[in-house]
Amino acid sequence: METFLQQTLNGLVSGSIYALVALGYTMVYGILGLINFAHGDLLMVGALVALQTVTLLNAAVPGLHPVILLLAGVAVAVPVCMAVGYLIERIGYRRLRNAPRLAPLITAIGVSFLLQTLAMIIWGREFHVFPQLVSTTPMEPMAGVVVSPLQIFTIVVAFALMGGLMLLVNKSRLGRAMRATAENHRVAGLMGINANGVIAATFIIGSGLAALAGVLFASNYAIAHYAMGFTPGLKAFTAAVLGGIGNLPGAMVGGLVLGLVESFGAGYIEHLTFGFLNSSYQDIFAFVILGAVLIFRPSGLLGERVADRA
Amino acid sequence: MPTENSVSNQSPILEVRGLKVAYGGIQAVKGIDLTLRKGELVSLIGANGAGKTTTLNTLAGVVPHNGGDILYAGQEIGKLPSHLRLRKGLALVPEGRGIFTRLTVAENLQTGAYTRRDTDGIAADMEKVFALLPRVKERLNQVAGTLSGGEQQMVAIGRALLSRPQVLLLDEPSMGLAPLVVEKIFEVIHSITREGMGVLLVEQNANLALEVSERAYVMEGGRVTLEGTGKALLDDPKVRSAYLGEDIEELAAA
Repeated sequence: METFLQQTLNGLVSGSIYALVALGYTMVYGILGLINFAHGDLLMVGALVALQTVTLLNAAVPGLHPVILLLAGVAVAVPVCMAVGYLIERIGYRRLRNAPRLAPLITAIGVSFLLQTLAMIIWGREFHVFPQLVSTTPMEPMAGVVVSPLQIFTIVVAFALMGGLMLLVNKSRLGRAMRATAENHRVAGLMGINANGVIAATFIIGSGLAALAGVLFASNYAIAHYAMGFTPGLKAFTAAVLGGIGNLPGAMVGGLVLGLVESFGAGYIEHLTFGFLNSSYQDIFAFVILGAVLIFRPSGLLGERVADRA
Repeated sequence: MPTENSVSNQSPILEVRGLKVAYGGIQAVKGIDLTLRKGELVSLIGANGAGKTTTLNTLAGVVPHNGGDILYAGQEIGKLPSHLRLRKGLALVPEGRGIFTRLTVAENLQTGAYTRRDTDGIAADMEKVFALLPRVKERLNQVAGTLSGGEQQMVAIGRALLSRPQVLLLDEPSMGLAPLVVEKIFEVIHSITREGMGVLLVEQNANLALEVSERAYVMEGGRVTLEGTGKALLDDPKVRSAYLGEDIEELAAA
């Protein structure tokens, strides 16, 4: 029972981060039919920019409260990621809007390499320690279950962001324009909606979420690195497919389910394989799920339409 | 209804000169002239593939043109993207209605008012639309994809009206609808023009279109081959044989 509760908690922490990143994938897919494989790397940009900001600020004004450092890191990382996301769309994808499906997809992979290489040039190849700005001092609310304030913080922030995004998409004028554009660019234009502007806004919002996910991810693993976006990016993509790509609630459910499956898998894999595999094999679960969903339910858990585009 | 004279004295709100459109390698529209005045209902009739829908799509900015001028209130708008033409006051209800099927009826209508910020004006126009189209009000919270064809057409027209256009382009509003529903929709179109909007109507159902229109253009192979008042064209033997399905009777009589 303790293992179960502990793994549920761990799963919710990583799952809520996957969900934030998965939302970015699914929003872009919903509106453009494009899988933006560079999206995971925005998580890395967010983490490293936040780290850089915190480091510089801490050197300039020693003794600042960690919460102020964290807020400053976020305040710089989010706009930087939004700008990067906007530029990727403006320079890379917009001119490929009417090209064959494969062209923007390959461009996305190219952009991913570009971001990683630029980050490697700026921040080097080494792993950087990401400071613990939210306390990680373990608490034990019940015997055998350990939780840190950082974990609670991560879950609360991620859920608040998801709720905020749902409100934006379902209740605001911009959200209505996004949904209208996702359904039909041409008719959206006839309603006076500037589809290019709405698409840019979609990239900007998704990139902001990725930046925040990056700060949460780096805080939880205490590490930042130029290639750190690859694995969570791929897992978030899996989560988006699992939930039904293009479907926002699906991305959230997919992210949480994936986090939980991974966490339970890691917790029980030794028993299940009689000690043959240990918890370092936890990444297997994400990709077994991806394969299984694509084979048995390509439209995902909540998706209505079968994804028929590259 | 304004009299013929008061309408023809105004300068046109929409004026098209020598419009040419190439579409998928084919010259679909080969240089046509059209005018539309405020409060006027003008229809564009012709066989399938004559270039009617292409013409409307070009006027709305969905399809680019490769020759000629499109003047709206005396201003050239031919290079503007569709969302900026709507802001000027030119709305298109596209062929097949173009309803956002995953949005509710209310959201579809709000999308029509996307460019407006005058909350009170929007609310007042919503009420007008409800008065004109009571069925739309009954269905407000329903997802638009679940509506019948006629209801969707009404939502499409109501949505276009909420942008407060000066010119409304209607592409085949009767398509696939039952005769009673078509009648209702034409009543609505008629009351719209009475409020001073200019309506350019593309219709497969030439008989109906000519009956309600002040003027009409007949398109054939990308050109305007005939124009005149609706009544004159209804009586024109060429129109009768080509578009009103009377050729067989005439052949039999001869």
